[in-house]
Amino acid sequence: MKRIGVFICHCGINIAGTVDVKRVAEEVAKLDSVVYAQDYIYMCSDPGQALVREKIRQEKLDGIIIAACSPSLHESTFRTAAEEAGLNPWQCEIANIREQCSWVHTDRKKATEKAIRIVSTMVEKTRLNESLEPIPVSITKKALVIGGGIAGIQAALDIADSGHKVILVEKESSIGGHMAQLSETFPTLDCSQCILTPKMVAAGKHRNIQLMTYSEVEEVSGYVGNFNVRIRRKAPFVDWSTCTGCGLCMEKCPAKVPSEFDRGLSTHGAIYIPFPQAVPNKPVIDRESCIYFKTGKCRLCEKTCEIGAIKFDQEDQIIEEEIGAIITATGYETLPVTELQEYGAGEVPDVIDGLAFERLLSASGPTSGEVRRPSDGRVPKEVVFVQCAGSRDPERYRPYCSKICCMYTTKHALLYKHRVHDGQPYIFYIDIRTGGKGYEEFYHNAEQDEGIIYLRGKVAKIFRDGDKTIVWGTDTLTGRNVEIQADLVVLATAVVPRESTAELVKKLRIQTGPNGFLSEAHPKLRPVESINSGFFIAGVAQGPRDIPETVAQASGAACKVISLFSRDHLEQDPAIAWVDEELCGGCRICISVCPYDAREYDEEKCIARVNEALCEGCGSCVAACACGATQQRNLSDSQIKSMVTASLGGE
Amino acid sequence: MSERTGLAPPKSPPVRLTRETVSGGFKKRVIELSGQNMDSCYQCGNCSSGCPVAQEMDILPNRIMRLAQLGLKDDIIHSATLWICASCFQCTVRCPRGIDIQGVMDTLRQIALDEGVDHFGPDQIDPEQAASVPQPGLVGVYRKLST
Ligand SMILES: Cc1cc2nc3c(=O)[nH]c(=O)nc-3n(C[C@H](O)[C@H](O)[C@H](O)COP(=O)(O)OP(=O)(O)OC[C@H]3O[C@@H](n4cnc5c(N)ncnc54)[C@H](O)[C@@H]3O)c2cc1C
Ligand code: SF4
Ligand code: SF4
Repeated sequence: MKRIGVFICHCGINIAGTVDVKRVAEEVAKLDSVVYAQDYIYMCSDPGQALVREKIRQEKLDGIIIAACSPSLHESTFRTAAEEAGLNPWQCEIANIREQCSWVHTDRKKATEKAIRIVSTMVEKTRLNESLEPIPVSITKKALVIGGGIAGIQAALDIADSGHKVILVEKESSIGGHMAQLSETFPTLDCSQCILTPKMVAAGKHRNIQLMTYSEVEEVSGYVGNFNVRIRRKAPFVDWSTCTGCGLCMEKCPAKVPSEFDRGLSTHGAIYIPFPQAVPNKPVIDRESCIYFKTGKCRLCEKTCEIGAIKFDQEDQIIEEEIGAIITATGYETLPVTELQEYGAGEVPDVIDGLAFERLLSASGPTSGEVRRPSDGRVPKEVVFVQCAGSRDPERYRPYCSKICCMYTTKHALLYKHRVHDGQPYIFYIDIRTGGKGYEEFYHNAEQDEGIIYLRGKVAKIFRDGDKTIVWGTDTLTGRNVEIQADLVVLATAVVPRESTAELVKKLRIQTGPNGFLSEAHPKLRPVESINSGFFIAGVAQGPRDIPETVAQASGAACKVISLFSRDHLEQDPAIAWVDEELCGGCRICISVCPYDAREYDEEKCIARVNEALCEGCGSCVAACACGATQQRNLSDSQIKSMVTASLGGE
Repeated sequence: MSERTGLAPPKSPPVRLTRETVSGGFKKRVIELSGQNMDSCYQCGNCSSGCPVAQEMDILPNRIMRLAQLGLKDDIIHSATLWICASCFQCTVRCPRGIDIQGVMDTLRQIALDEGVDHFGPDQIDPEQAASVPQPGLVGVYRKLST
């Protein structure tokens, strides 16, 4: 007979406030095999863990149950404590009496009864638990970073600096992301290019970084430490190994394509480099707009290029790589102005979005940094900025706060004022949120000394009247509706996840939340990891954030990867599925239900096997197996039966 | 049942804001005469909540500051608030942005007088109300009248 100890945590008042923990201890002490039961105020604290270790030794326990919070929080804490006291970690189980009991009930008596049953259920399980050993898995010490914005660049540089190889995959022809589009950055107003381009160059030159731009991840298989990745390198129709980036072809190209980088405020040819500081600084031909690809005639670029770098017959390349860990840093888009019906739906020429205004402010932008409006190129004298355009509007647009707009709108108004001294900026806002180092001071200074008029209220309607753009809003602080005849309107449109990220997460099999941003394993304690092991996340792909936060998180994700790579091998949880070869009839239903591709068919023996490295122990195949051949370690049929009985009160 | 009857008179006409209203004449003058930067006010309302005569005002002090920020002169100079203000300096002492609100009030009274707007007269005090108005309030009113 096993000797089981039960340790019941008060979790301060989190559990003890609703559950009578003393009674739980008394009742479970009466169960078969339970030789020790004790409550304590904070079981996870140092003295709490010391108690667990001491009693394992003293009472010669060969199984323990910690009745406390969710196993996702502290299972590993207590299993480590058990191991330190000489107990096999898989003989330690968690009975969740917090999330699944005290937090969701108010009736003390019933909650106490339920807690007793939850613990009794785990006693049944523990009675039949086997001691297990972790499964060692080898590890490929090479990282893949998807997305070459500031998040991806920072993560790649940190990992590369630690001596490990990194592949940085970027779908555009240059790395840099949105930060490359920005003029100056809050709260210090340092020029974005000046702080970004050195990092771009460093990433491009680093001997441990393999830059793959104009590329996308096609397929990912495998598991933590051992991923197989297929990457498609799109054909740029230019031989980058010989191209010197002289740019002559771009000058000659007769096609006119609106520049995505300049938010449509300028055009470039069908052969182009998105911006002069691009890394790598090599052109690509946009197949869709190239006259030759459309009509079969032109090839001017080819004639211009003296070294013959233009290659119209180039094809996409597929590259396969073995990878140990993957960071997803695919960033964001902003809600298109066309979606905002009440703000002109993109049809009023002098209503632009924040990124377009960044391009107008930028010294390397289409107006060389002079603020000129799109409709007639005039310098606008009254400029209205509208915050929360599509954010914080659960009824019609996005429910969340885009977080960066309060700060960048103030920055915009300030930079506008620095360029147009007699101009008047107005900012419509719902709240001004300046939580960040130096942010409140930045806003305070703008409000007090820069003549920016802040109007508290949402704009109802924007429309064109002659060459003016009329803004109807309100100022709740005076209780007055307000009309402004603006020369230019800038919308702080909602930050949204990139559409292509939805496709990518399916390939990676990682999760997104309700708004399409990547989900973290734990919002507070595991913010840079995905739930699936080996996947990490960084930057705005996870949710709106500014550059300082993005960089901090990217370094955090890199650190996780480096710590993973610092081990000789990985340990896989052994509580997974196994097959009784005698019983398996080879029906293969398990293969079709496994969500992790962990089941495979052995042609020779005509049975289904478990790939131990891939199995996550979800139990799908165990439930599907008709002949009982597939079982899960420490969750056998007999364990489950007695657990069900115990949870129903033992009848 | 409410003790009041009828509808309140309309008093929220829309305003058209321009460069001139929000940074031009009137606002410049208030800043010049008072020496105070009204744009620093972030509408926390501390001046109003600490004001001992606020209950008698038609527009609370923080709202006066807001109207001044937007240069809405007419709303301000016709407000009884300027004359109810007891010049007790509570607001000035409490303002977290260090604005001398009572100084701004003085300026606004001066501008109202310049503009010939009828101000508070002794005959306007309802004897019953006079009994309930705090004495510093009455003293303040008459002191202002003698400037
Ligand atoms: C108008 C405006 C002004 C701003 N001003 C400031 C400021 O002053 N200060 C500040 O701190 N922050 C500012 N920000 C915020 C700043 O832009 C972001 O914090 C930062 O750019 C986020 O970087 P990122 O790498 O996470 O995302 P991104 O910059 O979006 O980079 C993502 C990269 O991944 C690539 N990618 C996407 N999908 C794939 C895929 N499937 N495969 C391969 N590659 C992919 C993209 O092409 C892109 O290069 C501003 C934002 C806006 C909208
Ligand atoms: S062939 Fe295409 S890319 Fe080359 S110059 Fe003509 S249009 Fe431009
Ligand atoms: S106390 Fe100062 S900052 Fe606050 S509302 Fe009054 S004037 Fe404005």
